[in-house]
Amino acid sequence: MLDQIKDTGKKSTRDGFGAGVLELGRKNPEVVALCADLVGSLKIQGFIDEYPDRFFQTGIAEANMMGIAAGLAAAGKIPYTSTFANFSTGRVYDQIRQSIAYSHKNVKVCASHAGLTLGEDGATHQILEDLGMMKMLPGFTVINPCDYNQTKAATIAIAEHDGPVYLRFGRPGWPNFTPEDQKFEIGKALHLSEGSDVSIFATGHMVWRAVEAARELEKGGISVDLINIHTIKPIDEEAILTSVKKTGCAVSAEEHQRNGGLGDSIAQVLIRNHPAPQEYVAVNDSFGESGKATELLDKYGLGVADIVAAAKAAIKRK
Amino acid sequence: MQNKTMANINELKRMASQVRRDIIRQTAGAQSGHPGGSLGCTDFLVALYFHIMDHDPSFNMEGKGEDLFFLSNGHISPVWYSILARSGYFPVSELSTFRALNSRLQGHPATHEGLPGIRVASGSLGQGISVAIGAALAKRLNQDDKLVFCLTGDGELQEGQIWEAAMFAPHYKLDNLILTVDWNGQQIDGPNEEVMSLGDLPAKWKAFGWEVMIMENGNDMDTVVRTLEQAKTKAGHGRPICILMKTEMGYGVDFMQGTHQWHGKATNEEQTADALSQLEETLGDY
Repeated sequence: MLDQIKDTGKKSTRDGFGAGVLELGRKNPEVVALCADLVGSLKIQGFIDEYPDRFFQTGIAEANMMGIAAGLAAAGKIPYTSTFANFSTGRVYDQIRQSIAYSHKNVKVCASHAGLTLGEDGATHQILEDLGMMKMLPGFTVINPCDYNQTKAATIAIAEHDGPVYLRFGRPGWPNFTPEDQKFEIGKALHLSEGSDVSIFATGHMVWRAVEAARELEKGGISVDLINIHTIKPIDEEAILTSVKKTGCAVSAEEHQRNGGLGDSIAQVLIRNHPAPQEYVAVNDSFGESGKATELLDKYGLGVADIVAAAKAAIKRK
Repeated sequence: MQNKTMANINELKRMASQVRRDIIRQTAGAQSGHPGGSLGCTDFLVALYFHIMDHDPSFNMEGKGEDLFFLSNGHISPVWYSILARSGYFPVSELSTFRALNSRLQGHPATHEGLPGIRVASGSLGQGISVAIGAALAKRLNQDDKLVFCLTGDGELQEGQIWEAAMFAPHYKLDNLILTVDWNGQQIDGPNEEVMSLGDLPAKWKAFGWEVMIMENGNDMDTVVRTLEQAKTKAGHGRPICILMKTEMGYGVDFMQGTHQWHGKATNEEQTADALSQLEETLGDY
């Protein structure tokens, strides 16, 4: 199965969002978009050109944007808010908590430039805490797709889900390898390769790195069960348990703090159902810094070699 | 659709007296809650729900074809609950469950328990105008010519989000939005001017591009009705409307009036009896 995974060329996940929201706009007249002065970065000019009346520029005022989205949703619209992940979460956590989550408003919080791969802008903008914050909000769905095609599919699919969603994606051009015509199912993990020695669960940009790590491990005779967890919440418990019952150990890989991210969600599933050795590939209680996306991932312990080492460590602990 | 059910000022005043009794009895019953601001905004909300707004107590969340109201200063829930119950959104008897376990009448208004009449939670301050703007934009998109009303406190204007919203609404020429500020000059820690002065409020709202009206006495039913009717005629003229409504916190009960001491404190048994003796039971207690 690993052989069949092919990079069809680098494209950014934010471009997938822009393409998705345009296609969705054509299909669903209730969809509206908002942006806080980052139209170019969020790639939503296409939607704005076709549907200027259904787009609201809020200026640099994210708290107001979240409140307006809640009001639009109360009145039956399906608002997609768009700004950087940093300004979509921590900056407006209380607005999201009260006006959207607690009020069960059908708002899609769409967040670009998440994580270290934002690159040169540095740690002020490289949020690594957002998955944890958003998954703690009752009733929130949290999605972190891995490439252009998956982000586009997720952007379209979440309109069908009645409830608040956090959709996280990123800045850099990144291998686009999932099928163009995929049907995105919230909460359904995707099996990328079958294996028996170790389960690797990856999310977002780290899925491609996990593919590369799996290839290297396979070369060394280690058989990898590789799973793309695009939905952090609700987490696909069945996929996790089926895999770990088979392999006996787990590795999680994410562009996020170790505290509160995908790894913790997987650990919860395992602890309650099937305790097994688990290794984390995540940022360890640290802020990032300026640099190129790939350099940063390598420096902060999110390299292909780190996944390989984590897999070997997990196997050793069986 | 329910509108102008009470065309008569005397009827509105009788309703206000009963609502004030409901406020005292709810907060006394729960031994918590916020009677001060609730009493001060009673006349405004009675006029709004029983005379000004076209609204449907059978309650539909989306509220298409109706005037909508959003309460930003959610802590004055006792007055809103009484008004909603007495408008027919839910049984008046439910007011006895205010702040109790398993009640739909949460300490601060919420949609979570499904209480009819409420479209978004409030309590954490500064968020209501933004939400009202969203609803007003939706009305524009839907070519629905009804209005969106919003009430905020004055202390609440210290929140930064308020001024983000204040900038947005005139930029979008949102002239189907009527905001009222409860300008009672008080907040939990004392008078606004001591805690954090609000400065020249009329000039500030004007400078942001709002049509500003000053309601000199928000506890006089004639004034309230007249100002709100006037505000409605100003809708549809390219600007959002801001009514700065002067009220007295605790209005209607002599020992609660004009002080911040009753912002978030319930009356004891003796004080409750005293307060109720000053408010005529016009429509029957719950």
